[in-house]
Amino acid sequence: MTRFTSTERYIVSSELALAVNAAVTLEKPLLIKGEPGTGKTRLAEELAASLDTELLRWHIKSTTKAQQGLYEYDAVSRLRDSQLGSDKVHDISHYIKPGKLWQAFTAEKRPVLLIDEIDKADIEFPNDLLHELDQMEFHVYETGEQISAKQRPIVIITSNNEKELPDAFLRRCFFHYIRFPDEDTLADIVRVHFPTIRKDLLSQALEVFFELRDVPNLKKKPSTSELLDWLKLLLAESITPADLQEQHSHGGLMPMFGALLKNEQDVELVEKLAFMARRQGR
Amino acid sequence: MLIQFFLKVRHYGVPASITELLDLLKALESQVVFADIEGFYNLARLTLVKDETHYDRFDRAFADYFEGVSEVDIAASIPEEWLERSLQRQLSEEEKAKLQSLGGLEALLDQFRERLAEQQKRHAGGNKWIGTGGTSPFGAYGYHPEGIRIGQDGSNARRAVKVWDKREFKDLDTDEELNNRNIKLALRKLRRFARTGAATELDLAETIRATSRQGGLLDLRYQPERHNAVKVLILFDVGGSMDDYIYECQQLFAAVRSEFKHLEFFYFHNCVYEGVWKTNQRRQQEQLSIHDLLHTYASDYKLILVGDATMGPYEIAYPGGSVEHWNEEPGQVWMERLLGHFPKAVWLNPQPHQRWPYYHSIEMIRGIMQGRMYPLTVHGITDAIEAL
Repeated sequence: MTRFTSTERYIVSSELALAVNAAVTLEKPLLIKGEPGTGKTRLAEELAASLDTELLRWHIKSTTKAQQGLYEYDAVSRLRDSQLGSDKVHDISHYIKPGKLWQAFTAEKRPVLLIDEIDKADIEFPNDLLHELDQMEFHVYETGEQISAKQRPIVIITSNNEKELPDAFLRRCFFHYIRFPDEDTLADIVRVHFPTIRKDLLSQALEVFFELRDVPNLKKKPSTSELLDWLKLLLAESITPADLQEQHSHGGLMPMFGALLKNEQDVELVEKLAFMARRQGR
Repeated sequence: MLIQFFLKVRHYGVPASITELLDLLKALESQVVFADIEGFYNLARLTLVKDETHYDRFDRAFADYFEGVSEVDIAASIPEEWLERSLQRQLSEEEKAKLQSLGGLEALLDQFRERLAEQQKRHAGGNKWIGTGGTSPFGAYGYHPEGIRIGQDGSNARRAVKVWDKREFKDLDTDEELNNRNIKLALRKLRRFARTGAATELDLAETIRATSRQGGLLDLRYQPERHNAVKVLILFDVGGSMDDYIYECQQLFAAVRSEFKHLEFFYFHNCVYEGVWKTNQRRQQEQLSIHDLLHTYASDYKLILVGDATMGPYEIAYPGGSVEHWNEEPGQVWMERLLGHFPKAVWLNPQPHQRWPYYHSIEMIRGIMQGRMYPLTVHGITDAIEAL
């Protein structure tokens, strides 16, 4: 069995790698939580790539029903076809559209199924999927078919903690919380994305970034994805570490702050702090 | 061997079940990790802990089991997140600013742990040690704006952040445990579905009817999707004796907020008088008078009052009884005006049901509400919803 480790595009901590490997080996769904922008969704993509298999994404919205993941029965087309006298109409299975779970169960090669942002759905949603995720089988009432998994797909579930998940659901999953990476790991991640970045710029930028994350009461703390966007902008504008250093020591907002701060109240707060720092400096 | 470890983890308050223990054993059997204590730690956490707020408890259980770290009495019974949560939930903006004087929450907790380690014996008075009286941030019966109060059973001055009595985790019991999810499930019963918006769903009955009217020629009919159309107006009592119930109220509030689309909330103090307000800091400037309230919100709104109804009887019955201002008409008149406008109304009371008979004012409010007062427990909410 191949073990999941860091790739040239994605850095995993050893804890996360263990979590993924355990979930793969024991065929249990893996529930991933963590701050937005710490690469929860990327994990599923990279896992599918490293196992060289298909990735089925099921994005959950507030209106998503568990049934949609199994299959949908298209009664309207059937009615229309019956009007047109089409022969298709006698076989109901023409009007059953398999959902993501069905596709995952019947895939040739063991696929990765990503159930993205499960907390967005209705509060009963996870409960409706208990049996399907546990036994990996379900029944199609319209045709009387029993769909069971050829091989248990690797299920990755992500959550942003907007709603609490029911205990019965949690019991069936492995759980991992992605911590925000420390400075060394973050530097590794940046180097993976920007191999040519200058060392002094990186360390200066990281310093500013971590300082910003330490500002209390930020509405939205900048995370990895924001850092990467910001660095991209810094590189595009060819800002030198000296510029960054100068602006920082003068207590102004960092250049291209829009990539890091996504909330106007946060911008105001940081500006105010910077102003106070400047005054103290004098 | 792992049985003992499992029990230890549960002893520290991580809600792990047997299924999860079996998962862990299976994982070990399939040699996901082998002879590696760090790997085992990660694996055990992966399988046994399902909530990142329990990571800390798990860490302590793990350390206890494998290193035999001696238990410090208080520290063991007060998980870190309790301290943190109770602090966060109680602090006003102002207090948070003051808290910075001690270097923020983290520092306060660090300090707490440090002192706990230093301190060997019971202590009272003074301004540093964890004990009773005094101005230390930690302890009971003291005056420190951001104190952590421990083991105080009667309120001394209502100054400390929270009446912090030592209590172990209670078993899951619908009358005790009020978690967010339970409340939401109870509130679901209040949903009334109505069809509004664009017609996107096939209306089967209407389609069949229309089709047969056309003599079998298919005539598709659509109807709008169902949405929760119930309208809720919530009035929260704030301040004074309600301080002890802030946490329960916040939970209720969070649950209510995500469940209803038409939701309005206001605050009042002790009893409803001329006005209510939306933000607590600006209660004097931005009051909305009850008359405006009655005109703005139609009587199809369901009214939920949340308050402990614990006050002086004169605050309800007499003009000028309000503790905050001079009121021309007694609270009772205003309450009746509200109830006259909103026929569907209930009062949720966070005070335990058993204590109700001891307060005259609770009986009075109950009389005004015509008995529609329910305790703020899952059972109580369910009953209240039925009454709505």
